[in-house]
Amino acid sequence: MDKATGIHDMGGTEGWGPAPVPRPDEPVFAERWQARAFALALLSMRLSGTNLNAFRHAMNRLDRRDYLDDGYYGRWLHGAENLLLDSSIIAPGTVEARAANLSGASAEEPAPPEPNRPDYAPAAAGSLREVSSEPRFAVGSAVRARTFDPPGHTRLPRYVMGHTGAVVIVQPAQVLPDTNAHFQGENPQWVYTVRFASAELFGPAAEPFALNVDLCEDYLEEAP
Amino acid sequence: MTDERVPIELRVEALEQLLVERGLVDSAVMDKYIAMYETDVGPLNGARVVARAWTDPGYRDRLLADGTAAAAELGYKGPQGEHIVVLENTPDVHNVVVCTLCSCYPWPLLGLPPSWYKDPAYRSRMVREPRVVLAEMGLRLPDDVEIRVWDSSSEVRYFVLPTRPDGTEGLSEEQLVPLVTRDAMVGVAQVTT
Repeated sequence: MDKATGIHDMGGTEGWGPAPVPRPDEPVFAERWQARAFALALLSMRLSGTNLNAFRHAMNRLDRRDYLDDGYYGRWLHGAENLLLDSSIIAPGTVEARAANLSGASAEEPAPPEPNRPDYAPAAAGSLREVSSEPRFAVGSAVRARTFDPPGHTRLPRYVMGHTGAVVIVQPAQVLPDTNAHFQGENPQWVYTVRFASAELFGPAAEPFALNVDLCEDYLEEAP
Repeated sequence: MTDERVPIELRVEALEQLLVERGLVDSAVMDKYIAMYETDVGPLNGARVVARAWTDPGYRDRLLADGTAAAAELGYKGPQGEHIVVLENTPDVHNVVVCTLCSCYPWPLLGLPPSWYKDPAYRSRMVREPRVVLAEMGLRLPDDVEIRVWDSSSEVRYFVLPTRPDGTEGLSEEQLVPLVTRDAMVGVAQVTT
């Protein structure tokens, strides 16, 4: 199982500088290649026989350059390429060779490989699922976010790991990204919006505010 | 040291060409997806929801109780809108939405996210010092306003119902729509007249 690099898990990290001032007239796509990358990424999920969780993980595996240096839609393109490589829709080196040829070189392009899509079919459209179990936690329950080094994909942000909060909303059950991203089953389960005090997360000097985050049942344990 | 990275524009062109050549991707389908989010689905949808909620108390109640259904009443549903939760801003409580792990955003109501929403500075700091970040973005909140930050880490999509500005009592729903900004519906601005 490919680990995430962790670069995507930005909550609470420092060193990124000031927040950008919004521009009201910003175009949806500043450049045409961004629009093409957006559409290619959406189509690549279907083409590779994967899913949204796998696509997110395909981006979370990128290194600093591919995640940051080509911008947001560059990240989507690199993620889409990862999905297409994983499912053997394209061979390694193909995009680079074609790009060289587009620039006037005469590079040999690898032959298209035999596709090897994952053995995966969703139980239903989307990510919401009906489950027969009762929610383990209720509104008001004190819960603690587990601490673990994820072997692959997860949607448990590091900045809440090990911290205690209270359930404020019991959300509809959803597929578990941790297994669904790797085609190891949907494991549908309840999701809880958990509220943490900022001081619990960042210490007594933290700016006072309430942090709400959605966490799968597997990410939580009863508060000690 | 040479940088042998393929420029991203070229990379995108190469991949599209490769997939189109093999009949795996249809450029016209790509055009359709792009046009949908460049012209059809954008923050005007959300603005219509807000203006309706401000002028129709029954709709406001339905919106707060079940955002997904209330958005669908106006025809707004689709990808990244499976389960919409609406957060109402009041003079005492200010809600603001972020996605620290990627860029989750309620597409059917707001379209694709703006660049500031995807910026590492916004993603990292909104969950750590929201009052400072909001001020940097131009929104200074009084000290006694409680800030609630919502990190979109699941498939739930959050949408902020901004406070209706004073002095707009005489305006119709249609007149209110153009006042409502994208930034106010994420929670980094307030609606002003």
